[in-house]
Amino acid sequence: MTHKVDIVALAKLARLDVSAEEMTRLEKEIPDILGFVETIQKVATTDIANDTAPRNVMREDANPHESGKYTEDLLAAAPAQKNNQVVVKQVLSRTK
Amino acid sequence: MDLTSLTVAKARKSLDAKEYSAFDLTNAYLENIAAKDGEIHAYLEVWADSAREEAKKADEMIAAGKSQPLTGIPIAMKDNILIKGRIASAASKILENYCASYDATVTEKLRAQGAVFLGRTNMDEFAHGSSTENSAYGPTKNPRDTSRVPGGSSGGSAAAVAGGLALAALGSDTGGSIRQPAAHCGIVGLKPTYGAVSRFGLIAMGSSLDQIGPLTKTVEDAHIFFDAIQGHDAHDSTSLPDAPHETKKPKILGVPRAFLASGMDPDVLQLFDATLEKLKTAGYEIRDVEMPTLPYGLAVYYVIMPAEVSTNLARFDGIRYGLSVPAETIGDVYTKTRGQGFGPEARRRILLGTFVLSSGYADAYYRKARAVRARIRDEFAKTFASVDAVVLPTTPAPAFKLGEKTADPLAMYAEDIFSVPVNLAGVPAISVPSGTVVREGKELPVGFQIIAPHGDEGTLFTIGAAVENSRG
Repeated sequence: MTHKVDIVALAKLARLDVSAEEMTRLEKEIPDILGFVETIQKVATTDIANDTAPRNVMREDANPHESGKYTEDLLAAAPAQKNNQVVVKQVLSRTK
Repeated sequence: MDLTSLTVAKARKSLDAKEYSAFDLTNAYLENIAAKDGEIHAYLEVWADSAREEAKKADEMIAAGKSQPLTGIPIAMKDNILIKGRIASAASKILENYCASYDATVTEKLRAQGAVFLGRTNMDEFAHGSSTENSAYGPTKNPRDTSRVPGGSSGGSAAAVAGGLALAALGSDTGGSIRQPAAHCGIVGLKPTYGAVSRFGLIAMGSSLDQIGPLTKTVEDAHIFFDAIQGHDAHDSTSLPDAPHETKKPKILGVPRAFLASGMDPDVLQLFDATLEKLKTAGYEIRDVEMPTLPYGLAVYYVIMPAEVSTNLARFDGIRYGLSVPAETIGDVYTKTRGQGFGPEARRRILLGTFVLSSGYADAYYRKARAVRARIRDEFAKTFASVDAVVLPTTPAPAFKLGEKTADPLAMYAEDIFSVPVNLAGVPAISVPSGTVVREGKELPVGFQIIAPHGDEGTLFTIGAAVENSRG
């Protein structure tokens, strides 16, 4: 397995600003850690039934709480808010 | 009032007998914090005023004959457990000013009993670490030797209890974050069965691994705390249904001997074997067991955990809560906020997790790790068919020096070799102090870890008490 990891691309995927200095360090550390975790390839797992693996557990999509009950508390945590809404930068733009 | 030897159980008796009031007890702890926490740095924030108010209410409950096991007991909360109206920062800059919008279920349960919240404790940022050095607010020091780390990530909680700055504390354990600091600080730490305690209101790290649990001075106190916080919660879809669990008296302990072969300090291994001998004298049968997949646990953990971390930390983007760094476009708000708000270890884990989940690598890393995790879980189940509990050291060595492992992530990760298989299997485990080893003239505590089948915390308390008794 290749240990060449494109950290710049990963940082972009993770939406994470990473300085050039840290990038240099991560370019050594991340492949080192991946080299370590690759020992799991030595364990035979063909006989393991997939249903023993953890799975997502969702609550039933029913019985909602009273509308607006928590709105004020949750909005209070938002960095910017207006008219009972969270303010965000424009997502779609006409130019470019 | 001698706070060094005081336990929750003893304080309960004294409070109910009106030997002293909850108000006096709380003040004694606040005084200790004022005197000692400048050096230890167990707390990120102390709530002296509200703690005194809570103590007065507790005294009223006691006077009215309505005292419960934790009424008037002064406790500390790890900084990733929500208390409505209080800052919960997970020791991160990204949540520096985040005020919790609601109470965690454990908070509600403790408050209903009349517990007193002294403050929030330091931790590795987002619980990422084994030394509390990854806190954005400076490290905590080990009260046993202040040149050493208290362990982590619940290092502040462990140091608070060990240093007499709280009677007990809550922590969270994703790969050893309660048991390892408990071992390094010489106290008891319990990681309950996955799903036994509600995770509602715990800032998520690895959602398939996280559990809240107590750090206390004694096994009896851990038991009292566990009873107070466990139980089904409709707000946590992975919380287990309430079901009576009958614990039979444990007799046979399994030792995965081959797993102990490498990387342990010789005197820590000797102490482990000495504890086994004492348990044998106390009537337990000790049996070697084969668990060949356990040595792979750490590698499995460092795939699954970062995968879940990268997913859970995606919610911190400068929009709904926490730090928000202004920028021209919404994309830049995300990247700048996350770049400035997360510390180095959180960033490292986000990138690792992003890699192991990325297209082309998810099969080789994430799905493979999931399959090996299932094998580890099976191995525990098979082993528990012939033994009542599995025992291991909590850590391979005692507390290390501040700064000793900060430059080497893999060395830091290796701290958790004996604790992560427990989280991967979802079984409960407890670390109980089992003696000390000497380093540079100082006696440093060592933990003995007991692991039981799902839902069988009772077995941990029974064997844990036997370990305490064997210590004399």
